Amino acid sequence: MGAQLRIYRRRIRSVKATKKITRAMELISASRIVKAQQRVSASTPYANELTRAVSAVATFSNTNHPLTTESTNPKRAAVLIITSDRGMAGAYSSSAIKEADGLIVTLKQRGLEVDTYLVGRKAVNYFKFRNRAIKNSWTGFSDNPTYAHAKTISDELIAAFIKDAQVDIDGVDELHIVYTEFKSMITQIAMNKRMLPLEVVESDGPAPAGLLPMYEFEPNAGEVLNALLPRYIESRVYNALLQSAASEHAARRRAMKSATDNADELIKSLTRLANAARQAEITQEISEIVGGADALASASAGSE
Amino acid sequence: MSDKLLTVEFVTPEKRVWSGKATMVSARTLEGDLGILPDHSPLLGVLVDGKVSIKSEDGTNVDFNVSGGFLSVANNRVSVLGESAS
Repeated sequence: MGAQLRIYRRRIRSVKATKKITRAMELISASRIVKAQQRVSASTPYANELTRAVSAVATFSNTNHPLTTESTNPKRAAVLIITSDRGMAGAYSSSAIKEADGLIVTLKQRGLEVDTYLVGRKAVNYFKFRNRAIKNSWTGFSDNPTYAHAKTISDELIAAFIKDAQVDIDGVDELHIVYTEFKSMITQIAMNKRMLPLEVVESDGPAPAGLLPMYEFEPNAGEVLNALLPRYIESRVYNALLQSAASEHAARRRAMKSATDNADELIKSLTRLANAARQAEITQEISEIVGGADALASASAGSE
Repeated sequence: MSDKLLTVEFVTPEKRVWSGKATMVSARTLEGDLGILPDHSPLLGVLVDGKVSIKSEDGTNVDFNVSGGFLSVANNRVSVLGESAS
């Protein structure tokens, strides 16, 4: 076998091996999207009930809560950026980071300092590589977040929000969250939303049916709100984590699908080249034999 | 006893734990033990960590341990929200 042909064969083998890997990753992601979507829909009843309860309290009491009061002179804002731990997901992480960068620029134009809180190794690496300050980061669960993770994150963010930003270096006046919304299998959009101070009127999700009844509060409206609002934030963060996880799997599935398709193309064109090389080798051998036979024939003809 | 029933939903962030018709729900709020029968007035209460028991329409009792929860009652609809339940 000629050297050229051997090289082509070797490349075909390596592309085939890569294709097997990308194909497997595609299938794994496809099955995980379904699971992730089920988790999103499993969390919806809780979120709906919570939203209903929060709007009930907000409608029937005029209690002011630190989590709903807007600072008159905001000084610092926190941005929570949700990305993935692993790559191989196309532009998933980088588009979330790009969205976050845009948000940070807007916040800075408003004269705010920005504290960044990160979820996912990709964002951490991006910030570390550029020597940008990270307030805190959480990694290791981006493809399968649980409520406990959401709780850890929101506890810290709420604590930072409660502190007075004017005097405390850890305090923030606003909290923004950047995550990737799972619209459908093919569309995922990086979004930023302001979480705190809360705007209690919720527009997304089904509006509670009919008028809300006059509730009694136990022990009282203020206490109920105190207990409800942190849960509300947690459930919002949890929802953002779940949506991002579903988006991550969808992005990875799509990236791996096109990688598999590309590998197919590559194998096809390499096979053509290998065939041509083999044919050229055969042709050359034949012409060498013919040439050799001719030379022998003319040599023996000359000696006679 | 009236033939009215409560529609009960017991949900946590990760899943819907129990849902169905019930004749009574009892739980403990910050103010003390509370039993809810059909036609209870609308109520929103903060639960202390502990037991929530639901007497379902076929007469069986279902108990849950709940932590970090709430209870809301309106129009014979009871929703129990817990951070975790077992």
